[in-house]
Amino acid sequence: MINLAGRDVLHGWGKFLFTGIGLGLLIGATLTMAGVFRGMVDDGQVLIDNSGADLWVVQQGTLGPYAEPSSIRDDAWRGIAGIQGVAETGNAAYLTIQMAHAGKDTRVMIVGIEVDRPETGGRPGAPPYLTAGRPILQGHYEAIADERTGLALGERVKIRRHDYTVVGLTRRMVSSSGDPMIFVPLKDAQEIQFLKDNDALVNERARTAANPAFNRPGIPGLLEAAQASVSQARSVNTVLVRLAPGADAEAVAGEIQRWKRLTAYTKAQMEDILVAKLIATSAKQIGMFLVILAIVTAAIVAFIIYTMTLAKVREIAVLKLIGAKNRIIAGMILQQALALGVIGFLVGRIAAGLWGPAFPKYVLLLPQDALSGFAIVMTICALASSVAIRAALAIDPAEAIGG
Amino acid sequence: MDRLDNPPAICLTGLKKRYGTGDAAVDALKGVDMTIWPGEVVGLVGPSGSGKSTLLKCLGAVIEPTAGRMELAGEVIYDDAWKIPDLRALRRDRIGFVFQAPYLIPFLDVTDNVALLPMLAGQDNAAARKRALELLTALDVRHRAGAQVSQLSGGEQQRVAIARSLANHAPVILADEPTAPLDSERALTVVRILNDLARQYRTAIIVVTHDEKIIPTFKRIYHIRDGRTHEEAGEGRAI
Repeated sequence: MINLAGRDVLHGWGKFLFTGIGLGLLIGATLTMAGVFRGMVDDGQVLIDNSGADLWVVQQGTLGPYAEPSSIRDDAWRGIAGIQGVAETGNAAYLTIQMAHAGKDTRVMIVGIEVDRPETGGRPGAPPYLTAGRPILQGHYEAIADERTGLALGERVKIRRHDYTVVGLTRRMVSSSGDPMIFVPLKDAQEIQFLKDNDALVNERARTAANPAFNRPGIPGLLEAAQASVSQARSVNTVLVRLAPGADAEAVAGEIQRWKRLTAYTKAQMEDILVAKLIATSAKQIGMFLVILAIVTAAIVAFIIYTMTLAKVREIAVLKLIGAKNRIIAGMILQQALALGVIGFLVGRIAAGLWGPAFPKYVLLLPQDALSGFAIVMTICALASSVAIRAALAIDPAEAIGG
Repeated sequence: MDRLDNPPAICLTGLKKRYGTGDAAVDALKGVDMTIWPGEVVGLVGPSGSGKSTLLKCLGAVIEPTAGRMELAGEVIYDDAWKIPDLRALRRDRIGFVFQAPYLIPFLDVTDNVALLPMLAGQDNAAARKRALELLTALDVRHRAGAQVSQLSGGEQQRVAIARSLANHAPVILADEPTAPLDSERALTVVRILNDLARQYRTAIIVVTHDEKIIPTFKRIYHIRDGRTHEEAGEGRAI
């Protein structure tokens, strides 16, 4: 038996192809939306994985350091390091800033890391690999930048009050919002985050000196001590903990919470915070978009197939008159709808792959999402064709005779 | 005509068709009697609204008559109700259609337009295409076998449509104003072809027409007026 659907498509292949391309662009937009969601999840996952930590110790009762502000003293690690099961600790400070570079503003996350042991890969929080350059070796004014910042090796970049030399480049080090990271020594990050500018410091000192509670004639040194504490940055956002082999993360976290009056999150809990809580609203937003796009796609496919079928009323009437069974006519329409879906999906997948990297945020197109998308597109096409099939089966063969 | 050896190709007795009900009822056919023998080409003429198309649709098993009896090649297909369960198969296997416009399938080439019918009847593609080429040869359009429908002239398209109607060896062909879009010469050519085919394949052909050019060519003519037919002898002029 002749494949009527195939012949019809070949006969008007240009129209069919352009229709498929149009549909494909819509499917491409849908796949990209899914890719944006996956990218957000992956950003969160990458943030967790690249920190090299098994536990995140943060200010008590907060969801820090990524989802909520957290501030703990930078000597808290001493007590944590003594708990059984803890192999290594590393202070870390995180701060998202707007950085001027190459004539435009770039949003970056500054990550302060301890740089005292570069030869062993650094403490938790340091970038796990470099694509160029070397680790930070000095205690100040060196930086490792993610490639997406646009910074080059050896380039000097101004962050707040100081210039930093980019000594290393890394890749796929992003915040949960997808902003590229710049790693700097912890002390610098603490200054960037907690220290006030010079004018503010002068004002603050004058205010403290004018406060009789801190400027007591009978207690020499009190004012200096009070002012020193104001001008020192002694806080970090989190202590990252690497566990000893075989240590139970839940148990160690429990110990830290019990004895140190801090909150400790395991990897699974941090994933839950980043994926389920931090991007929950965005995920719902994207989910709504995906549903709407799926409905729009279904409506468009239904409309296209319906219009294509109505354009063949006479041919279908003749086919019915000369004895073609309903399943042959329905099969023709269904095959065309599926062919349109295949073209649309291929075009959409290629389009999403082409324009995905141009998006400012990471777009992750997973093969399993593509497979699910393909199955959904085929299902939508099959369902959408049912409207046209109903119309075709209702065509009276007498229409071929006229009168 | 081998009228003693074979049953009539078509035999209608008191065929009626009513559209609508109650006050809105219209009797399109009021008891049509008609007998057509294998190998005959018969004209069916009448003014607009006389019931020609309704009769053609009843004969083509496209609409159901209201009452009466229809026999096709000796088999009762309607006797106050359809006696054949699969009307689509009946149309496919035993009735050929030729329309005013050829109504070929535009996305199939000439051969496949003709071969489609045997394929729908279950023949394999090779046999169906062989049959199609035989018919295209008989109708003198073999040289256009691989062409697209849109590349054919009106006369060639009509010949292909006639070939399609014969593809399943149907004992009856219903031709609805097959010469309407053609000039005199081509119209007479189509009638000659129909007569040749009727003789060659023992097919009964009913030609519904208004065309004054071809009416004199019929040996028998059924006039239809107000839903009733009466038969008269035609001139049977040689073409």
